[in-house]
Amino acid sequence: MNIPKELLYTNDHEWLKVDGDKAYIGITDYAQHSMGDIVFVELPEVDTEIAVGESLVVIESVKAVSSVFSPISGTILEANEELEESPESLNEDPYTNYIVAITISNKEELKELLSADEYEKICKEEE
Amino acid sequence: MKYTPNPPAVVEDMLHSLGLNTIDGLYTDIPEELKINGLNLPSGLSEIELRKEIKRLAGENLSTEDYPCFLGAGAYDHYIPAALTELLGRSEFYTAYTPYQPEISQGILQSIFEYQTLICRLTGMDVVNASMYDGASALAEAAKLAALSTKREKILVPDTVHPEYLQVLKTYSLSGAMEIVVVPGKNGVADTEAMVAQIDKSVAGVIIQQPNFYGNLEAPEEIVQAVHSNKGLFVMCADPISMAIFKTPAKWGADIVVGEGQPLGNSLNFGGPYLGFFASTSKLLRRIPGRIVGQTADEDGKRAFVLTLQAREQHIRREKALSNICSNQALCALAATIYLTLVGPEGLKEIAVRSHQLAVYAQNQLEKAGFALKYQAPYFREFAIKLDDPAGANKRLLENGIIGGYELEDGMLLAFTEKRTKEEIDKLVAVLGGEKHE
Amino acid sequence: MSKLIFEKDIKGSNKFSLPPCDVPQVEISQHIPEKYLRQEELNLPELSEIETVRHFTELSHQAYGVDDGFYPLGSCTMKYNPKINEWAASLPGFTGLHPYQPVDTVQGAMELMYNTQEMLCEITGMDAMTLQPAAGAHGEMTGVMTIKAYHQRNKDVKRTKIIVPDSAHGTNPASAHVVGYEVVEVKSDDRGLVDIDDLREKMNDEVAGFMLTNPNTLGLFEEHIKDIAAIVHNAGGLLYYDGANLNAVMGVSRPGDMGFDIVHLNLHKTFSTPHGGGGPGSGPVGVKAFLADFLPIPVVVKEADKYIFDYDRPLSIGKIKEFYGNFGVVIKTYAYLRSLGAEGIREASQNAVLNANYIRNKLKDYYYIPFDRLCKHEFVASSRNQVKENGVTTLDVAKRLMDFGYHPPTVYFPLIVEEALMIEPTETESKERLDTFIDALVEIAREAKEKPELVKSAPHTTIIKRVDEVTAARKPVVKWED
Repeated sequence: MNIPKELLYTNDHEWLKVDGDKAYIGITDYAQHSMGDIVFVELPEVDTEIAVGESLVVIESVKAVSSVFSPISGTILEANEELEESPESLNEDPYTNYIVAITISNKEELKELLSADEYEKICKEEE
Repeated sequence: MKYTPNPPAVVEDMLHSLGLNTIDGLYTDIPEELKINGLNLPSGLSEIELRKEIKRLAGENLSTEDYPCFLGAGAYDHYIPAALTELLGRSEFYTAYTPYQPEISQGILQSIFEYQTLICRLTGMDVVNASMYDGASALAEAAKLAALSTKREKILVPDTVHPEYLQVLKTYSLSGAMEIVVVPGKNGVADTEAMVAQIDKSVAGVIIQQPNFYGNLEAPEEIVQAVHSNKGLFVMCADPISMAIFKTPAKWGADIVVGEGQPLGNSLNFGGPYLGFFASTSKLLRRIPGRIVGQTADEDGKRAFVLTLQAREQHIRREKALSNICSNQALCALAATIYLTLVGPEGLKEIAVRSHQLAVYAQNQLEKAGFALKYQAPYFREFAIKLDDPAGANKRLLENGIIGGYELEDGMLLAFTEKRTKEEIDKLVAVLGGEKHE
Repeated sequence: MSKLIFEKDIKGSNKFSLPPCDVPQVEISQHIPEKYLRQEELNLPELSEIETVRHFTELSHQAYGVDDGFYPLGSCTMKYNPKINEWAASLPGFTGLHPYQPVDTVQGAMELMYNTQEMLCEITGMDAMTLQPAAGAHGEMTGVMTIKAYHQRNKDVKRTKIIVPDSAHGTNPASAHVVGYEVVEVKSDDRGLVDIDDLREKMNDEVAGFMLTNPNTLGLFEEHIKDIAAIVHNAGGLLYYDGANLNAVMGVSRPGDMGFDIVHLNLHKTFSTPHGGGGPGSGPVGVKAFLADFLPIPVVVKEADKYIFDYDRPLSIGKIKEFYGNFGVVIKTYAYLRSLGAEGIREASQNAVLNANYIRNKLKDYYYIPFDRLCKHEFVASSRNQVKENGVTTLDVAKRLMDFGYHPPTVYFPLIVEEALMIEPTETESKERLDTFIDALVEIAREAKEKPELVKSAPHTTIIKRVDEVTAARKPVVKWED
């Protein structure tokens, strides 16, 4: 299983990449694998404000649907619209294909996130 | 008559295989105090007895098969071709479950795909679901979709919409997801000025029925423009037969189109089962309620049909689903599909035109007999006349072997389908005229 | 695979006609301004009558109904649909009734509705019944609205939650949600029943009601139902009965006696009306007397010797459907109830339970049965062992069953059992049918061991193989384009 070292992670199998004042958010390899073939990503509208733990996007596979909850609070800067046309890219390369970019409004929240090593432990426990 | 095939000796063997001696042994998990000692119901009937009883009940009704019917108001007495009834009686169709297993359900899936395409072509819309319970509940679901997809609550609806649809809208709004605002109509059509004045950024959607409850055609151009410029949705509740000759909801600018599909080959059935059709723009495809059939291929690349976009539905999305609909009106949708195929495009146009022609003839004859239309708007196959005592008039009509119209407060709503004849209309006018001059 | 009607379009081949027109043939544009008229061509296919008949007959050959074979679809009660019922519903004295005819002209229909209501009240132990909901989920919505109206009437407005078990049908949480409730799940215990402690913990004055199926979706009777009712009622909540599984207990035990306040039924399951390839169904809702005033309008009542529609019910939740429900479906239920009578109804349930236990007992050496004890009308097996040993999943087993001529059971439900196969034989199947079905499942278990590829690549005898559902959902094609 692929868990890049440079990213931050959540218990809910999301990754977060800090880029200055903003962060890119996506789902992990573990998440895409357990969801199966992803068929649709319901993206949020840009400029929406979102609080930690709120539903950010909804991802549908053929027989399941999951919400991605925001790991931090902020304003949505970008939504990766390519996913609307080709949701399968989340299966193919979940780390290159981010879902949204969001402002980091409270750096303290980043401290709650997991390192790659910590996240790997969680994945092993769940298996 | 019972339908349990096992003879008593076999039942006994089966019980023994489970280590039981009596059938009661199957219910030891139910606390004794919760068991009943038989039901207080009549004993079972043989088929011969049942047939008599059913015939007695059916015989106590007065059927539109035997009496000309001028009632419409949301359910129409159009002709149903014999071939339709025969095909619908094929038990492969009617005893099947929802086609969740595509490998053995291609026939049903394909018929739904054909239904979806037919309704798309009739309405001019991009996508259609596999059916809803009826026109009223389809409209309520459309209003809810408008509210949820715009994240607003207010739904504007003129009181020229069918009164039962208005009631259903109000009941569905108990969910708290939408607020129904009814705007009084004017001269039998929606009050454009009053509607437009209320349309702003808080309005999720506006509903127009075409033709409306009174049979009149609405002209919603300004309303559509206002709702769209405020980024709300325009919902049209339309009659399917009328679309053969009248402007499609898509051309009026509808985002969602629903309607009562009963006129398409479904019997009056004392109000049900009918079907609601539900169509929308492709933009809303992933949010619309109900089942949808999609085209795909099997492992060998052969064309195949399958229930798709199921992640929208309750069995997957559970409490997050936008609608709870599960069973729909599939067989009624199949009736609509067969109907449209049997009558064809020219037949459907002819049915619509004939219904209209008969209505126009009736209007002329009624006016000659001294009656006046209640409204002056253009109509399709139904119009309202002024009448002081509609209940009395209906009673009189019934005595003369005619099922009269829908009683309004000071008038009567009369509907005309291609099944009506000049003779029947002449008699209607004569009896109504007699009533009026008494 | 058949051609679509759109691919069989031959212009001029449709010879449908109306009688000669004996009124003036006014042009439509004469009375209607142009802006109202259709601008584009009406692009419907043209087929002759014989080709239409052949087309739909051909499609019927690619469908599978109860009349084609055994249909052990758990939770769906695919029992035989008696033909006399179809005859009854097709009589012109019923099909030809306009819903707004004067009540004097439809007394037979109303008597039928009234008597059906009364019989369903007796079977469920309820005091009042509405026949209006069009399907089970519609009944659930009506029932939950009744719960809401009741609490609102009592000005008990802090109740914002509905509890459902984790084994519930998907419609339960969805119905609660569409009426505006937050859904709380209660766990199942290790015996597959409602975890009473968890329920006690979650039940409080914010809970409007608890929706329960009994027997539950595992086919197990909730033995502690009296305690459950007490917990819910003591906290001021109402107890809701999902009637999907009533076929297990008809004539034996009644939801009303168990402490349920509201019941919805599925006439298309328990009461033998056909499923129609997805509908129409009918989902009557019954309530105890204290909730009767909240039922939808109109209610069929009997005054002296006459049946009337009562619309004057100020506490009613209102209308949930046009007219009076799926009357054509109700006729079939009436015929069914009169055919079976009191004793036949009880026997139907008994045989349904016997058939389910018979299969369970014969399969337990071949499939994992997570709750292997007396079940009611259905039980849940699992392909867990087959997955572990040979990678053969429940989906594979289901698909392989088609090669043996059966409709597969319900799969992957309830969600709390992995690789679930939910089997409901119903009472209308003979022991011989059950035996051949059991043989097929035993054979598939053997194949899973010896030639798993055969099972994994099933079905082999159907007109198409497994379909690509992923592409269907990613790039939806939902209509035909020439």
